[in-house]
Amino acid sequence: MAQRPVAIARGPGTRGAVPVAVLVASLVLLPLAAVFLRAGGWPRLAPGDGQAVWFTLWQAAASAALSCLLAVPVARALARRRFVGRGAVIVLMGAPFLLPVIVAVMGLIAVFGQQGVVNDLLSLLPVRSIDGVPQPQLGPPSVSIYGVQGVLLAHVFLNLPLVVRMLLAGWQAIPVERFRLAQSLGMGPQAVIRHLERPMLRAVLPGAALVVFMVCLSSFAVALTLGGGPGATTIELAIYQAVLFDVDLARAAALSVVQVALCVSAVAVAGRVSLPAGFGAGLDRRCVVPGPVGWRRAVDAGWIGVAALFLLLPLGAVVLRGLPGLADLPPSVWAAAGRSLAVASVSAGLAVIAGLVLALTPVRWVGLAAMLPLATSGLVLGTGLFLLLHPVVRVQTLALPVTVLVNASVALPFVYRLIVPEARTLHANYGRLQAALGIKGWSAFRLVTLPRLRRVLGFAAGVAAALSMGDLGVNVLFASDSGATLPVVVSRLMGSYRTDLAAAAALLLVGLSFALFALCDRWGRHAEV
Amino acid sequence: MKSTLLAAGLSCVALSAAAQTPVLTVYAGDYFTSEWGPGPAIETGFEAFCACDLQFSTGNLLPRLLLEGGRTEADVVIGLTTDVLARARATGYFAPHGQDLGALTLPVAWPDDTFLPFNWGHTAFVYDTTRMAEPPTSLEAMRTLPDGVTVVIQDPRTSISGLALVLWVKQVYGDQAPAFWADLAPHILTVTKDWSESYGLFTSGEADMVLSYTTSPAYHLMAENDATKKAALFPEGHYFMAETVGKIATTDQDELADAFMAWVLTPAFQQVIPAANWSLPSALPAAEWPAGWADLPLPAKVLFLNEDEAEALRVEAVEEWRSALSQ
Repeated sequence: MAQRPVAIARGPGTRGAVPVAVLVASLVLLPLAAVFLRAGGWPRLAPGDGQAVWFTLWQAAASAALSCLLAVPVARALARRRFVGRGAVIVLMGAPFLLPVIVAVMGLIAVFGQQGVVNDLLSLLPVRSIDGVPQPQLGPPSVSIYGVQGVLLAHVFLNLPLVVRMLLAGWQAIPVERFRLAQSLGMGPQAVIRHLERPMLRAVLPGAALVVFMVCLSSFAVALTLGGGPGATTIELAIYQAVLFDVDLARAAALSVVQVALCVSAVAVAGRVSLPAGFGAGLDRRCVVPGPVGWRRAVDAGWIGVAALFLLLPLGAVVLRGLPGLADLPPSVWAAAGRSLAVASVSAGLAVIAGLVLALTPVRWVGLAAMLPLATSGLVLGTGLFLLLHPVVRVQTLALPVTVLVNASVALPFVYRLIVPEARTLHANYGRLQAALGIKGWSAFRLVTLPRLRRVLGFAAGVAAALSMGDLGVNVLFASDSGATLPVVVSRLMGSYRTDLAAAAALLLVGLSFALFALCDRWGRHAEV
Repeated sequence: MKSTLLAAGLSCVALSAAAQTPVLTVYAGDYFTSEWGPGPAIETGFEAFCACDLQFSTGNLLPRLLLEGGRTEADVVIGLTTDVLARARATGYFAPHGQDLGALTLPVAWPDDTFLPFNWGHTAFVYDTTRMAEPPTSLEAMRTLPDGVTVVIQDPRTSISGLALVLWVKQVYGDQAPAFWADLAPHILTVTKDWSESYGLFTSGEADMVLSYTTSPAYHLMAENDATKKAALFPEGHYFMAETVGKIATTDQDELADAFMAWVLTPAFQQVIPAANWSLPSALPAAEWPAGWADLPLPAKVLFLNEDEAEALRVEAVEEWRSALSQ
């Protein structure tokens, strides 16, 4: 960034940035410190942990690379094509990211599993042959979702939507005037890629890859259930085992240090690779980005179609599976749904305020604080908070507020990553004008910041709310006095043979997360209609 | 948020109204107190005669007690499984139960003076008769399953049933356990974090067999009227598991806690267990089990490792499992 961190960007956000960053950092580091202190003695790893670290790293890197690679053509197709139902497709395609992991896994299994749709279709094919000789004992070709390929498939399924949305925002942030200029200069598609799209991707992709990498770094249920066995052990699983099964806090602490170290290095690498695009400001004209015609139109349609199928089929399976039991859900499930909505709304609010405040400041280290929560296991956070709070209060009475706080901090990295590119562009484009006109404080926020960032703020709030809805949270360690949240109820139902009710409750959870997300997103997009 | 505040306010009012009644705080596992678990019936049953308020507090039992470091508000802890008893005992937080164990009807000797078993069961591979006409008839036969037969199991590092399986195999095969795992490995579709995910995969048709309990068919039979789920019974014996109750030594409700411990062994309590906990009662002769339960096929031979034996084998057995399946 060429711009100096001068006072011109100071809105109401900037002043609060350092205290907010300190607060977030201490919310992560204090519980970690508590776990360390309690562990007594040096943190140490167990024999299989080296393998777990290696598997975690490479599957996270592969998942991030695949998600980003596939997201580019999909987002580009969505950015430059207009068709009936485009808005709905964009919103719906965002849904997988909002799914609670365990629900997503069930949906994927319904499509790609042994009894899934894909294998049903493949079973219609003739039996496999070797050297042209049909082999009846082999049967028709089939796919297996269990194994490393399943882990990658699930991670791409969960994260592709987020990357597509981040890239789509990137494409939309290129002023239409630049595309117009490119057209009147007679640039072909290759030149447009070189001069407009590549710089944008250079600015947005590293951040997107970083987010996916970090999400997959703490992957756990996906890796184990679909990984097919202990070869797919991740750091997070090892932490789960250390905290809840062996109560070996020294090992949990050691694994947390490894996680934080990986996170900090990833942030550092992404920070070096990412460059601001610097297109300058446009006139905010609402025009279609002109897309090339001919065969490229068909290719775009293909990408959109395949991505929509891939993302929506498992979602449809979740809906079909849950619908029959929906009417049988007892009142307690609906009460839990209410509790979850309240928790999600408050934590989304907190996360967006904190994310905005941190994104608006030019102080660089603040960004690291914002990413820190993603690096630490929620389980270790919960354990640490328990150790800190237990001596002073009855922890169960605070379970819901603690859940809100933990959920807000876990959502913060996503929110921050979503807002920061647009905040930087805003600063680059309007900072000087703002300074020249002497617009400061609240009026700067109201006249410049809010209208420009409203779209991304709405989207970020929706993501934060949905993440919080689906989170099992600290409830694993201690349930709340004021009752369970919806994900807890789903796991209780699954644990007492009620698989149909569990599927229905999961559908309710998905429906509510999605509604909450759509509501926030709509508020944001209302700005540009 | 308003509703949360309201709920908090209401519970304050309720608390002050109940201030005169003594409260017995019972720590229980998360599944226990939901309306699909045994908690509500146990609470009503005990409150009917104790002149007290039984309050469950749920969470992960042993981690929570250890993190609380002795400053616990629990009077009684219910649901500690046999595999954590050695560590629970070592904390020194528990007092002797003081009960006469003559009423126990377990298939194994239980000379424990601290932890009272309130239910039991064995691990077993459960299958669906519509998909598997000829189930394996021995643990040995699990090594030679026909091609294409799939099994889902749980991870012994995160799940008690998964741990029970590796101890089961270790007890039957000893030094040959790694060879058993190597033979079973091609049939293991996947390994899940806990029992419920495995069972979900099985009921949705993903796998032919699932590691579960001998009592699992009872749920399908009695709650769903479905007789197609069966446990494969093996002559080598099945691994025994029980859940226990313990009294906290520092309790300030000594008499209530004792009354609860005594109640656990009475028929009134034991009758609740089968249908609410989907496990077998620990102190009730089979003749008095609720309707249908006595007909449940159970293995003739029971394998059981006491906590010292289990602890001695645990690390080695899990490591053998891990390395055999990581190939």
